[in-house]
Amino acid sequence: MVQPLETLTETASQTAGPYVHIGCIPSFAGLPGVYPEDLGLSPFSEGAAGEVVTITGAVLDGMGAPLRDAMIESWQADAAGRYPGTPGADPLVSGFCRFAADKDTGEFTLRTIRPGAVTGHDGRAMAPHVSLWIVARGINIGLHTRLYFEDADNASDPLLSRIDPPARAQTLIAQRTAPGAYRFDIRLQGAGETVFLDI
Amino acid sequence: MTTGRLIPRRRDAHPVPRYADYKTSVTRSPTLPLLSLESTPSEETGPRFGHGLIGPLDNDLIRNFSGGEGLAIGERIRVHGRVLDENGRPVPHTLVEIWQANAGGRYRHVKDGYFAPLDPNFGGCGRTLTDEHGVYEFMTVRPGAYPWPNRGNDWRPMHIHVSVFGHAFGQRLITQMYFEGDPLIDRCPIAATVRDRAQLDRLVAPLDIGASRPMDYLAYRFDIVLRGRRQTMFENRLEGM
Ligand SMILES: [Fe+2]
Repeated sequence: MVQPLETLTETASQTAGPYVHIGCIPSFAGLPGVYPEDLGLSPFSEGAAGEVVTITGAVLDGMGAPLRDAMIESWQADAAGRYPGTPGADPLVSGFCRFAADKDTGEFTLRTIRPGAVTGHDGRAMAPHVSLWIVARGINIGLHTRLYFEDADNASDPLLSRIDPPARAQTLIAQRTAPGAYRFDIRLQGAGETVFLDI
Repeated sequence: MTTGRLIPRRRDAHPVPRYADYKTSVTRSPTLPLLSLESTPSEETGPRFGHGLIGPLDNDLIRNFSGGEGLAIGERIRVHGRVLDENGRPVPHTLVEIWQANAGGRYRHVKDGYFAPLDPNFGGCGRTLTDEHGVYEFMTVRPGAYPWPNRGNDWRPMHIHVSVFGHAFGQRLITQMYFEGDPLIDRCPIAATVRDRAQLDRLVAPLDIGASRPMDYLAYRFDIVLRGRRQTMFENRLEGM
């Protein structure tokens, strides 16, 4: 025998199920008035520094069908690469957004501030990115991934450079469709499966 | 401790992503390995929510849908517990959100067509912040079991969905709380996605008679553990990484 380690084990995840909207975005789910407004409606307030960008996309299952019940959360730095709550961060950027797939089309939209590059623990810059967490019926543990921007310098990003084979890094890069507009589809499995993170 | 690297997730403590008896998981689970990396500031930071967010009825699902005008139908229960991290430290001031079916097993959702009726005084969502000791509590009614389209005759055990933030985006967790003694737990393919029996047992809240109130409500206790951070004074950086 040895000394017991006094650590706990993380509580097991369970699927968010098809009715996650009731708990997380009740006004969207058709329960207005329980709270004044849904949490995380926008990751910034008007007047925040930086460029406003709009990202549209869909979460696709292994058959290529869009999930119409998915909910996504995003977390990001401000335009200068500072996370909300850290010194000097833009007070008009909350950094957090909740958005859901349209219940008919499965399309989602994230309107946000283009984040700046963030410095990692090793001093290397991480290319501008938005962290995403995806839950839905059939997803047993929430999926972490990142969204990078096609028109940014992603060449030396520490995470993208770890992806093997390197071609899969493309699954994390939002494609520019117009000035300030990007397309980002998330493929849960099959051809072009998005790189999901254990991080 | 609210900075520092997150302890890597023990994936075997969590559900398998793909479980044939939970049919929707078959086409919605990644088939390629996850990319495992040490956490970065992007995962070690996360949104914080203040007490100004929380209204006085937000954690009372018996009253919050009617604004206190009427009471939800069902068996009155109190659900309470603590949010801790893997190091056993309380997680204070973190947002806990819950949602559930009503006492008849019906969700107030456009896509739920089960013929158990809606309760005019029950919405089914609640939220609260843990206190400085990581303690939270809700008042609600015991949710009904309900059938769902999966295998020929699948029923969800009574359950409450629980969402917890912690203080880091990498700690984000959604789970479900089950109730002690429910025979449907062992027949549920969603519960069965957790292959480690001890981990599944930890999702089952025991009756906490000492925390119940005579002539008023029963209590169930549900403690939640989030990922912890590595506790060290040494942080060497890897060369060439
Ligand atoms: Fe449910």
